[in-house]
Amino acid sequence: MSSREATMNGPDWDPSQPIVSIRDVYKSFGELEVLRGVSFEVMKGEVVCIIGPSGSGKSTLIRCVNALNSIDSGSIRVEGQEVHDPDLDKLELRRKVGMVFQQYNLFPHKTAIENVMMAPVLVLKEPKGEVEARARALIRKVRLEGKEDSFPGELSGGQQQRVAIARSLAMRPDIMLFDEITAALDPETVKEVLVTIRELAEEGMTCILVTHEMGFARELANHIYFTDRGVIVEHGPPATFFTEAKDPRTREFLSQIL
Amino acid sequence: MRARIPGVDAAARSDLAVLLPSRARDRAPGRPGDLAFSRWLGSTAPWRLVLVVALVAAWPFAAAAQSGFTMGHAFEALWRWLPFLVTKGFAMNVVISFLTMAIGTAGGVVLGLWQVSPSAAARRVAWALTQAFRNSPWLVLLFIVMLTFPFQVEVGSTVIFIPDWTKAVFGLSLPVMANLSEVVRGAVQSVPTGQWEAAESLAFSRRQILWRIVLPQCFKRMVPPWMNWYAILTMATPLVSLLGVEELVTLSRQAMEAEDNHPELLVPFFGFALVIFFAYCYPIARWTIALERRFAVKL
Repeated sequence: MSSREATMNGPDWDPSQPIVSIRDVYKSFGELEVLRGVSFEVMKGEVVCIIGPSGSGKSTLIRCVNALNSIDSGSIRVEGQEVHDPDLDKLELRRKVGMVFQQYNLFPHKTAIENVMMAPVLVLKEPKGEVEARARALIRKVRLEGKEDSFPGELSGGQQQRVAIARSLAMRPDIMLFDEITAALDPETVKEVLVTIRELAEEGMTCILVTHEMGFARELANHIYFTDRGVIVEHGPPATFFTEAKDPRTREFLSQIL
Repeated sequence: MRARIPGVDAAARSDLAVLLPSRARDRAPGRPGDLAFSRWLGSTAPWRLVLVVALVAAWPFAAAAQSGFTMGHAFEALWRWLPFLVTKGFAMNVVISFLTMAIGTAGGVVLGLWQVSPSAAARRVAWALTQAFRNSPWLVLLFIVMLTFPFQVEVGSTVIFIPDWTKAVFGLSLPVMANLSEVVRGAVQSVPTGQWEAAESLAFSRRQILWRIVLPQCFKRMVPPWMNWYAILTMATPLVSLLGVEELVTLSRQAMEAEDNHPELLVPFFGFALVIFFAYCYPIARWTIALERRFAVKL
């Protein structure tokens, strides 16, 4: 385990430094500027929530962290390793960074447990028996015992999303990215997914969440960033963020959503 | 800049169902319009087709009565030739169709995957080959292959003859390959981009994503159009008779010559060719439609 961590880490990263460090990132899709100079840092074990109106670039921002989107300029470092580098080994980076999507994106032709087992077996080439034991434990952890052999089409949205979380965790990532993972769920099932995230956060997993769940952000986040039109307008710990917002855009957004 | 509408001007980048305008839906990837043939053939009631054949067959009876060689003699001749026509003739059509489909499928999968390759050069080459062979008359391709390829090769002192039917197989497999290339491309593109992204974020390589995640999902979607192209190909195999390859139509003509070329022979002999091709392809067409219907619900 320790040797794996040593090889996976960037050349000169020590855990007292930010695990994710984003500096002055710009990104356009054609003529549309999505990110216009975004900077922030996440320390190991921190839970960071990014909120803001739709179209403000929050999803794009976290998709850049595991190189699903490239950036035009600036720097994104994950454990000291530069992501904005043409020679980057994307697969190496993505082993360290897990991601969960709004639409779950489970593989529909595989059962729940197969979804969880696939990447460790095929990507990490770990022995199947070992992976299966871990996958069963993860499915228990997300409270889906008994659903191991169900296909995604047979599961509810909330159950699918929890399988998706287990699937990411099976790769033993150092950082988890959550892209509006409750936005497609109905209010009753949102809770079961948030419980899972809370447990993860309490175990010390570094989490970056794009979310509209303000109550959740207030309860769990170490730091909240409010983005609008490609820039971070305001940020702070939840204790002050919700009560002492200074920028009129933040106040307007909060008044609409709270 | 004009706004690009996903699903209309470009592939839809969403997992959500997108309601397309009717014209765009016909061209949308993954819904090949080339099932039209199977749909037409499969949706025609059997009795109607039998009726058409019967009417066509009945018409020359009147004319036949005037000569000494009657339709009865003609059918008798057909009966004598029948085992030969089936075992040496139609069997050859089936062999040609099998081999052509095998080569065409292998080539079509390679070309189709090149069409969705991350390398722009591979995409361009595959696109050009696909379009070239998809939009050429099959007969012209056959002539080119038959007449430009050598009929023998010399390896040292031994001369290997290349039978003309193998060249026919190669010639026919070119358009089949190009059309299957489009089937594969459409099927791969019909898998939501979310599947690619989820797999990428789990550190799967591109090759793994394609073979482990994308292709298993769209395999079923490829089966009905693949079968449709098989039926079309089988029906096109008599083209090779124009180039002298010995299959059903070539042998039927030779048999009629041996029977002194009475005009009364035409209807029984070519009628038999129609019937045997129909008997072979109609079940395939029905099966294609049944599969298409079943897979359509599953999505």
